Amino acid sequence: MQRRIKMQEIILIKYGEMALKGMNKKTFEDVLVKNIKRRIKSLGKTFITRAQSTIYIEPADEGFDIDEAMTRLGKVFGIAALCRAAVCEKDFEDIKRVACEYLADTLEYAKTFKVTAKRSDKNFSMKSPEICRELGGVLLEKFERLSVDVNDPEITVTVEIRDTNAYVHAGNIKGAGGLPVGTSGHALLLLSGGIDSPVAGYMMAKRGVHISAIHYVSPPYTSERARLKVEQLCEKITPYCGSIAFFCVPFTKIQEEIKNNCPEEFFTIIMRRLMMKIAQKIAAREKCLALITGESVGQVASQTMSALVCTDAVCEIPVFRPLIGMDKTEIVEISRKIDTFDISIQPYEDCCTVFTPKHPKVRPILSDIEAAEQNFDFEPLLQEAVEKTELKIFNLDM
Amino acid sequence: MSIYLDNAATTKPCREAVKAIYDCLDSNYGNPSSLHHEGVRAQIAVDEVRKMIGRTIAADPECIYFTSGATESNNLAVLGSVGNGGKKKNRIVSTAVEHPSVDRALSRLEEKGFEVVRIAPDKNGNISHERIINAVDSNTALVSIMLVNNETGYIMPVRRAFYGIKKLYPGCLTHCDAVQGYMKIPFKVSELSADMVSLSGHKICGPKGIGALYVRKGIHIKPRTFGGGQEKGLRSGTENVPMIVGMGAAVKALSRDINERYSKAQELKAMFLKKISELENVTVNSSEDASPYIINISVPGIRSEIMLHFLEERGIYISSGSACSKGEKSSVLKSFGLCDELVDSALRISLGRETIGADLSALAEGIGDARKSLLKAK
Repeated sequence: MQRRIKMQEIILIKYGEMALKGMNKKTFEDVLVKNIKRRIKSLGKTFITRAQSTIYIEPADEGFDIDEAMTRLGKVFGIAALCRAAVCEKDFEDIKRVACEYLADTLEYAKTFKVTAKRSDKNFSMKSPEICRELGGVLLEKFERLSVDVNDPEITVTVEIRDTNAYVHAGNIKGAGGLPVGTSGHALLLLSGGIDSPVAGYMMAKRGVHISAIHYVSPPYTSERARLKVEQLCEKITPYCGSIAFFCVPFTKIQEEIKNNCPEEFFTIIMRRLMMKIAQKIAAREKCLALITGESVGQVASQTMSALVCTDAVCEIPVFRPLIGMDKTEIVEISRKIDTFDISIQPYEDCCTVFTPKHPKVRPILSDIEAAEQNFDFEPLLQEAVEKTELKIFNLDM
Repeated sequence: MSIYLDNAATTKPCREAVKAIYDCLDSNYGNPSSLHHEGVRAQIAVDEVRKMIGRTIAADPECIYFTSGATESNNLAVLGSVGNGGKKKNRIVSTAVEHPSVDRALSRLEEKGFEVVRIAPDKNGNISHERIINAVDSNTALVSIMLVNNETGYIMPVRRAFYGIKKLYPGCLTHCDAVQGYMKIPFKVSELSADMVSLSGHKICGPKGIGALYVRKGIHIKPRTFGGGQEKGLRSGTENVPMIVGMGAAVKALSRDINERYSKAQELKAMFLKKISELENVTVNSSEDASPYIINISVPGIRSEIMLHFLEERGIYISSGSACSKGEKSSVLKSFGLCDELVDSALRISLGRETIGADLSALAEGIGDARKSLLKAK
């Protein structure tokens, strides 16, 4: 804070799975670079270049906040690993000097370390083992607490000798992994406000899917706070998803008519079928290729296999259920990691819990459900709900 | 016309804060806990400020808790964070120059059997990060260090001390009273390695009666007030929405130009020091690399209070020691190694965002005149 070492610091980004792509690799890279640029644009000017399967982010502004950039980039899918590094001349004396200064804070209190060297410029005068040995010796001498541990070191000091410069850093941080958002199409996430659906959205975004979200509200049975809660969830997953178009569907009339016209034990299942129908209408309008839900088989009555069969019967586009085989504890773990858990457990009634039947049908039969729906023509109400749907866009840097 | 140079005691609320408070009182009077729309609006207003304050110190907004001021924040942090859980760690490390809201809270813990180590500045008035780190051991529950001393402007080596402590004793909690640094010196909670940070509203051109405590996720603090469970149970009592909104407006107004104001304060300090160096026998107690917002000087032979009132007659307002001690002899200045004569005649000049060069020239002139007339009279 008070004394900041003046030296050029950059961010190195390594991509994961993308590196395995063949002909399409460039397309994936382009999307990733675009996503990276959008994510850090507000922090100041940068030069972004790529070489040797690495993206280099070089701050051009004095006040560029590298900490913040690292935090933000840690949530960008398609990045396997990232690190901040100091730039040095391709000269061993300079590498020594920079390593001692740049890593002073890190090494002052570390107990064990090792040095690794990567030499993609094979013309550099020293070979990798020699760099490790020499630099290791210098650091050992300078930092009293340090000792060498090549098997399980606390700090791995890394020297990379590349085309134009050499870089020194204290090891990579794991990135968010996955594929760059936008490389795998656009899908509509059914977002309820519970623990599961934000996690489902996160997981599909991780596979490069661009997410929009749809939520159903039933005032006066559900409150403004329930909607706010879902908006907060959108805000939380936006850093992973890029931007989210959030559709809020008025659902009261439909729920009331289900209650008035259908057998109680089918309430939930019919409600879910109608939600799916509305979602598909919006998906068609917004050019989403699939729906995403947070369902996990057997978790509640509406998520038994028979119930899922009944729900799916109204779906003409694929429904992705990334949590289908996961335990609640595993889902909770991810929701804590992406920080949606505390919001999800706020106790506001959402439309899924309005008019919950006392004894829902655990093994509903499709023909029974379809027969029960015949009691009322829902189509005009569905159309009306779609027309009255509100849109809010969640963007980065909000 | 008055010249207000007591900004470390409190600041004049900025226009933005005054307007925000008025508007909030007038039209956003709901209780954030109410389920209806008026309640939701109030809650949104509170959460907006939470986000804004979070952004200024790079903290998750959910980690910001509103309190009645920095005294409460400091009390909560110190008293609430130790003695929890199974393993009882018994030692607390702090400095001898903390604000009373930390220091007296520490004394309470001392009475309860905690061992409190208060590190005093060395003979040059410095507290090195090594000395703080060396005072910590595996039995230490908490380290509490202020960011900027409120009497001298001395900038503590918080970042380096906490960094080392967290590396060597990850289980030891760290608290920083950042009241005199917030909106003056940019800092991030992660950069400080701080688990808890105290902030105040009225030192940053916001209203009195409002402050905040940052508490890192995963740190559990015992509440000291019980009731409706507001602020996630840490601080029950209906949120002080208007003052929260006022603090938010002040933060928004001041966060835009922290670095520019700092440079300006540096220039003003240099100019003032040059002016008083022309006076005979005036000692500067603040170190050169102290925060430029606080300048502590002594005019031996003239008791602080007399000087204060002499200047007051000219409409110049400064402080003797810190405003909290109301004329009591400052133990902090003694800890910084000042002799009694210097302590007795110490003056604290603290700059604000509206301070201009002419204010400090008038002050220097006033001090010169005081020397002439008061020393002669004696």
